[in-house]
Amino acid sequence: MRTITTIFMAVLTLIVVPGFTQTLHASEEPALPAGLGESQTTPPLPAGLEIGEPELPPGLETEPAESQPQKTAEKKTFQEQVKDAGISGFLETRGGVRTQNDPHEKQASIGEARLQLEWQKDIDWLRIKFTGDFLYDQVDNHLSDIDLRRGRGWFDFREAWVGFSPLKWVDVKMGRQILTWGTGDLLFVNDQFPKDWQAFFTGRDLEYLKAPADAVKISAFSKLVDVDLVFSPLMNPGRFVSGRRLSYFNRNLGRLAGRDAITQDDLPSEWFSDAEYAARLSRKFGSYELAAYGFWGFYKNPEGFDMAKNKAFYPRLNTYGGSIRGPFWRGIANFEGAYYDSQQDRSGKDPLIPNSQVRLLWGYEMDLPQVARELTVGVQYYVEIMMNHEEYIRTLPPGAAAGDEARHVITLRVTKQLLNQNLAVGFFAYYSPTDNDAYIRPNIKYKIDDHWTVEVGGNVFIGQQPSTFFGQFRRNSNVYASLRYAF
Amino acid sequence: MKTKSLIIVTLCAGIFALCAQAADKPTVGQIVEKANFTAYYQGANGRARVKMNIVDSQGRTRQREMTILRWDAPKPKQDENIPKNKEYFAGEQKFYVFFHKPADVDKMAFLVWKHLDKDDDRWLYLPNLDLVKRIAGSEKRTSFVGSDFFYEDISGRNIAYDKHELAETTKNYYILKSTPKEPKSVNFNYYKTWIHRKTFLVIKTEYYDQAGRAYRKYEAKAVKQIQGYWTVTKSRMTNLRTNRYTDVIYSTVKYDTGIPESVFSERYLRRPPTKYLEN
Repeated sequence: MRTITTIFMAVLTLIVVPGFTQTLHASEEPALPAGLGESQTTPPLPAGLEIGEPELPPGLETEPAESQPQKTAEKKTFQEQVKDAGISGFLETRGGVRTQNDPHEKQASIGEARLQLEWQKDIDWLRIKFTGDFLYDQVDNHLSDIDLRRGRGWFDFREAWVGFSPLKWVDVKMGRQILTWGTGDLLFVNDQFPKDWQAFFTGRDLEYLKAPADAVKISAFSKLVDVDLVFSPLMNPGRFVSGRRLSYFNRNLGRLAGRDAITQDDLPSEWFSDAEYAARLSRKFGSYELAAYGFWGFYKNPEGFDMAKNKAFYPRLNTYGGSIRGPFWRGIANFEGAYYDSQQDRSGKDPLIPNSQVRLLWGYEMDLPQVARELTVGVQYYVEIMMNHEEYIRTLPPGAAAGDEARHVITLRVTKQLLNQNLAVGFFAYYSPTDNDAYIRPNIKYKIDDHWTVEVGGNVFIGQQPSTFFGQFRRNSNVYASLRYAF
Repeated sequence: MKTKSLIIVTLCAGIFALCAQAADKPTVGQIVEKANFTAYYQGANGRARVKMNIVDSQGRTRQREMTILRWDAPKPKQDENIPKNKEYFAGEQKFYVFFHKPADVDKMAFLVWKHLDKDDDRWLYLPNLDLVKRIAGSEKRTSFVGSDFFYEDISGRNIAYDKHELAETTKNYYILKSTPKEPKSVNFNYYKTWIHRKTFLVIKTEYYDQAGRAYRKYEAKAVKQIQGYWTVTKSRMTNLRTNRYTDVIYSTVKYDTGIPESVFSERYLRRPPTKYLEN
């Protein structure tokens, strides 16, 4: 027994003592070369650099760790005070012109000055956000009467909501909000939240493609599945091409029209009976995101026509779909599909209401470092297949331009970052081989500094037929430029 | 009996002296593992408020400011793949980056699930569009937010990608030379790392091109012990070809914040986890 103890003690001494002396020794290591602490303030970086040993940074020496002059209490600038109060935003001016004449529209495609103010604050358990845009608009001077639902006038509320979590696993967001889901890149299959195609086509900042919705969003999270429910007590319309800013194909007139024939539409206006519901179930499987979607509401654009009232209206629409997105090879692949159940024309016999459809989308995006640094390329293939195409053709008014059973669209995105990501050059193109039309969006954005951004771009519409989706906008091709100060 | 035990004692002493010596002179693998652990894995999780000053050769500065949250996958209890002696377990990690500045990226959020054996998963949330965008994670050696740091510099380069050798041991440093196993996947020929012997902090890294010239340099400019963990609080990455550099200042660093893994999800991209972002 004694022997074992002796051995144990001997061993213990052998282990502990050298280690102990060593730490002792290490902590007593002489301070680093003299002058190290002081010379640390601003050593100019020698180009080419010596191969020698780096000096130890402050903090590793025993003594001079605190010798670094501590920053004196900074006096906050006005801008920092504004930011601390939760306020941010930007001031922007944006102008654009048509590159050809349009007998139905002004030559200017966009001409506006915009101030966006955003205020976000968490007060205890409550999250609050307001985003409002003050606008001076030269093209569509409807400044005096504010219509928040349609987004007209000198003021537009983009966000005005409160958020809270009544349970640990539930988030609620109530009020005016921007809502997006789905996997498409500038193509939407299951996302039935309002969009502003007019803003998109005239070259406003991309954020304006999404129009706000007045809704309650309830999200519940669990290991099994995440559930999002969106309830809008009153239908949220999209901000569609009505002829005010952009000319379009007027089916009644059978020709291109604009300010001479501004679409008169009948907005659903009964609270609760004209409500909308959207739902999403989503879950991740490893790196793959799966989702199922449902929507019960209205077409976002007035795609129906009421002969009796001589007005366009928003037919009822339900959609059901799913999506998957995840890594594939060196990029991200996605697939999304949906069935569009046109509630008021399920047989497809009513020529004034869109037929039901199946919409499918495949996408793939990847970086191409082999070609160039910071180059991203994305391709998508999208198809809309009309149900009851025979009924549609049979009931089409004589002389009306007939749509194909399937509309195929291919998109291509190319984005290249330059000058340390301060310059982005890119384009996004839609091409439909079946409609034989295209829409190209070139864009160059340069960040002058941390506040100023300048942007130039174009919206080019190409098409043989005036009745096809992009072809109808061919007189609206435009170029634009903007200057923004963000704070 | 007595001689026998004496022999045993002597034997043991010999063995342990050897062991002690071995502990004094860690192998290259141990140095790399410990340095990697010290740089990227201290604490079960962490938070840092990060300021970046990107300074070009003419002295013009652009700023970035963000909060970075980190969560480490815990060491699996029974995993035969991990040798028992592997003290510094470096597993999968999740990062959440919330941007404060500049104004055009204010409130954007970036989520990374770092994997060891496949490409990282990355998501970017654009609040103005309420859009959760998926970003390809294969390019790790591209600039992070326009700075001189790469994604890989922020989240760590997999130590298995390079062959490491101990070039020199000085009073303060282990100097390592690391050569990529797949030279085509990177634009450096090799890199040298100065690892502080006491703390295992990386004090300097230099990347060399094919001609053997250093063209990119990392330096730790200030370090501090925070909650017992040695931490780099200021660092600089310099592009020696353009003389552009980026300073990174970690202003508030906290370890073991108790942040749950669930924060690193789409839920909190859409709804920033304020509780864990502040203070």
